Amino acid sequence: MSRETILNVAILAGLLAVALGAWASGEPFVVQLATRAAILGMAGVGLNLALGYGGLVSFGHAAFFGIGGYAAGILASAAQNYEPLMTWPVELPGTTSMPIIWLTAVIAAGLIALPIGALSLRTGGVHFIMITLAFAQMIYYFAISWPAYGGEDGLSIYVRNSLGTLDTMSPLTFFLIAFALLLLVLGLVLVATRSRFGLALAMARQNPLRLTSMGVRPFNVRLTAFVLSAMAVALAGALYADLNRFVSPTMLSWHLSGELIVFVILGGVGRPCGPLIGACIYVLLEQWLGGLTDYWQFPLGVILLLVVLFARGGVIGLVTGRNANA
Amino acid sequence: MTTLLDLKGVTAFYGASQALFGIDLDIAEGEVVALMGRNGMGKTTTVRTISNLLRPRDGAITFAGQPTRGMAIHRVARLGIGLVPEGRRCFAPLTVEENLTAAARPGGWTQQHVEQLFPRLAERRAQKSSTLSGGEQQMLAIGRALMTNPRLLILDEATEGLAPVVRQEIWAAIHRLKGELAILVIDKTLKELSRVADRCFLIERGRTVWAGTPAGLTPELTDRYLGV
Repeated sequence: MSRETILNVAILAGLLAVALGAWASGEPFVVQLATRAAILGMAGVGLNLALGYGGLVSFGHAAFFGIGGYAAGILASAAQNYEPLMTWPVELPGTTSMPIIWLTAVIAAGLIALPIGALSLRTGGVHFIMITLAFAQMIYYFAISWPAYGGEDGLSIYVRNSLGTLDTMSPLTFFLIAFALLLLVLGLVLVATRSRFGLALAMARQNPLRLTSMGVRPFNVRLTAFVLSAMAVALAGALYADLNRFVSPTMLSWHLSGELIVFVILGGVGRPCGPLIGACIYVLLEQWLGGLTDYWQFPLGVILLLVVLFARGGVIGLVTGRNANA
Repeated sequence: MTTLLDLKGVTAFYGASQALFGIDLDIAEGEVVALMGRNGMGKTTTVRTISNLLRPRDGAITFAGQPTRGMAIHRVARLGIGLVPEGRRCFAPLTVEENLTAAARPGGWTQQHVEQLFPRLAERRAQKSSTLSGGEQQMLAIGRALMTNPRLLILDEATEGLAPVVRQEIWAAIHRLKGELAILVIDKTLKELSRVADRCFLIERGRTVWAGTPAGLTPELTDRYLGV
């Protein structure tokens, strides 16, 4: 096992240990924080597929996070108010079943990411960053101005959605659900990056023209990565909505897109568990420094600056002392 | 033999400056053709127009009966052109195996087959291609092109800058490939080229000036178009 693999296992085991330990010592709030880190980490892992492996710096992934959140919120609120989701052409009821919500979130985000990606990927560099931001902002303002689902005030989920017979209101149970999905997403990302698709994605980042002259069109590979990445982020968004039992346009805002990028850069671009450690650090800083000062993002900015200047491989690169291989 | 690749009066420009003034070139299925000329005469540019990496201005290029004008680069490659670019150009952070398999297309050439041709690649399978020697990188670049199962292999300066022993290995491989698929070779060593090529094309200042068998390459011709 390489040092990075050992570190990755340690990070995951550490997160699990923190949650279990906190639960055992009667600290449900810490379990809540660990859940938050796991969910935000999952979103980061999703973004990393596009940003880290594909070199596609998307500044609009909050859109997919929010779409996932709204999928959970809308389905749950319809079910809880006993109102049908729609009556035409078929009557469709809401649901509080997590698997259906997750599936809806993932498919919805994939369907929206497809045209966004197809248009954005015709550009590159700064233009790609700006156009993804523009699409995310469009969706953000749409959510604000659409009153049906709370508009600017957001939408509450009264009771956390259900998964079989599990008590999802228990912080530990919900953490374990989020953690299991995090492992699933991480596993899928690892499989994807090691497949021929992942290799072609790495090649498209390194030298698109060379890949093209070998008969593979980088556009298709990148679009696939963009859509898959959006789907993973949407799954995280659905869980995040359930965690807070609340969805609002904040989940769609460009601040969140920025935060996701921060997780990836802080932890290590193109490292499987980089965004997770990035999210953990972020949640910790937010909690500790946020208690001391309202300006906790200032030290976060300093840390980010130091990482970018002196530790290009992020925290993972700093600890393992090796360059990313992908 | 049927014609696989046919260039007729191809001209091409880099911005405002014209690089090709009229290239005529044809390669039959399974034939080895040498493209010769001094530095800067348009050999690599010709290869770039064949792959559509540089769009020709005038003239016609047909590959396997299909005109390639306006076709997307990856589609041209998929018609069956395996390009081994000048300077090798492997994907440095990826391993040998990853470089080989990423763009592979089904056909007779498999990783096993390539590793038989270049046993060194089998030894280096899990190594990053940036850690390979120049000769090994060249073998990898050829292997990578073969894995796409092309009908035409283009070798642009495949032995450039390699140690004589390694050059011999590459030439030996080209000899073994002869007959299996069409090959377009660009190289500086006249001796080796005339040994393997079925036909030669001489180009000067972006024009085809002579075409014929290696036997027909008289000292006058080589002095005039290749000598320094």
